[in-house]
Amino acid sequence: MWAESGVPHEWLDDDAGPVVRPYTLTGGRVRATSGFDLVAYVLADRNAQPAVHLDLHPEHRRLVALAARPVPVAELATGLDLAVGVVRVLLGDLVDRGLVTVHQPSAGPYLPDNDILKAVVSGLRAL
Amino acid sequence: MDSVRSELPRTGAHIPIALKILIAGGFGAGKTTLVSALSEVRPLQTEEMLTDAGIGTDDLAGVEAKSTTTVAMDFGRITINEDLLVYLFGTPGQDRFWFLWDELAFGALGAVVLADTRRLADCFPSIGYFEQRGIPFVVGVNCFDGARRFSLETVREALDLDADVPMLLCDARERQSGKQVLIALVEHVARQHGEPVPA
Repeated sequence: MWAESGVPHEWLDDDAGPVVRPYTLTGGRVRATSGFDLVAYVLADRNAQPAVHLDLHPEHRRLVALAARPVPVAELATGLDLAVGVVRVLLGDLVDRGLVTVHQPSAGPYLPDNDILKAVVSGLRAL
Repeated sequence: MDSVRSELPRTGAHIPIALKILIAGGFGAGKTTLVSALSEVRPLQTEEMLTDAGIGTDDLAGVEAKSTTTVAMDFGRITINEDLLVYLFGTPGQDRFWFLWDELAFGALGAVVLADTRRLADCFPSIGYFEQRGIPFVVGVNCFDGARRFSLETVREALDLDADVPMLLCDARERQSGKQVLIALVEHVARQHGEPVPA
C-alpha cells in the first residue's frame, strides 16, 4: 500500500484492507438499481469482455471472473470482501453493460414443491 | 426461482435452486455456533452497509456527517446436490437492524429460532417477527452447559407458542443435533403445504 507521496506506508499493508471508503468504489452510489437478493445467482456472459469497458474498476472485473460459474450475491460479497450493498451497485453496472445476468429468486414467499423438500430432508439426513 | 432448473442456452450453465433458512434468536443464543456447525465451508461473513437513511433508531444524535456502519452477517452453505443448495443466514442480533431482517426474510423457506432458557425473553422478538409475517419457523432450545434443563412443555408455555410450531432440544455446537432442527423445519414447511414429507 502506497501513501500519496508514493513511498510505502509502514502502517498500511495488504492486511490493512482497502483504505478507501467502500462507497468510493461505487462513486458514492448507495442504492443499487435493483435489490438483488442475497441468494440471487450471478452468472457472467460467456463472451463477457470486461477489459473493453475502461470505466470499470478492478472489482467489477473480479466479479465477472468469479461469476464464470453461477454464484450467489452473498458469496460474491465474501469473495471480494466487500459489503453486500457495494456489490449490488457494482452488479447493477455489470448488468447494464450486459456482462452478467442476475437470476433473482421468485418474488413473494417461495414455495418449493414437495420433491425439493424431500430432497432437502434426505440430503440433511445424510450429513 | 423456478422449481425446475433454468437452462441457459447462451452459457450452457444452469442455475441451481438456493433455499434460504434464517437462524434467529437473541444475542448469544448460539446462532453463529449453529451456522458454523452446519456449514460445509468455514462460515462466511458478509457485511451490509447501513447508511443513516436506514438507521431509524440508532443514536446518531450530534453526528452531523452522513455516516455508514456495517453489520456483519454470518452465513453458511449446505450443498444437497449440484442443483440444490441451502444457505443459512444468521440474523443480526440488535433490534435496530430489523430492516435488514426484511431483506433476509424475503423469499426465505423458514427460520430456526434459537432459545436460551437462561434468557428466554431474548427470543420473543424473533418469534413475533416470524409469526406476524407468516414465515414458518421452529424453535431450537439450545442446551447450554450448566443451564437448568426445563421441559419442552414449560418452555412452550413460557413462549406462548402455537401448538403446531415444532420445538426441540438441541446443542448448537453439534452438527448432528443442528441438522435435526433443520429437518424439523423443512418437515414443518412441507406439512404447512399440506404435503408432508414421508418419514
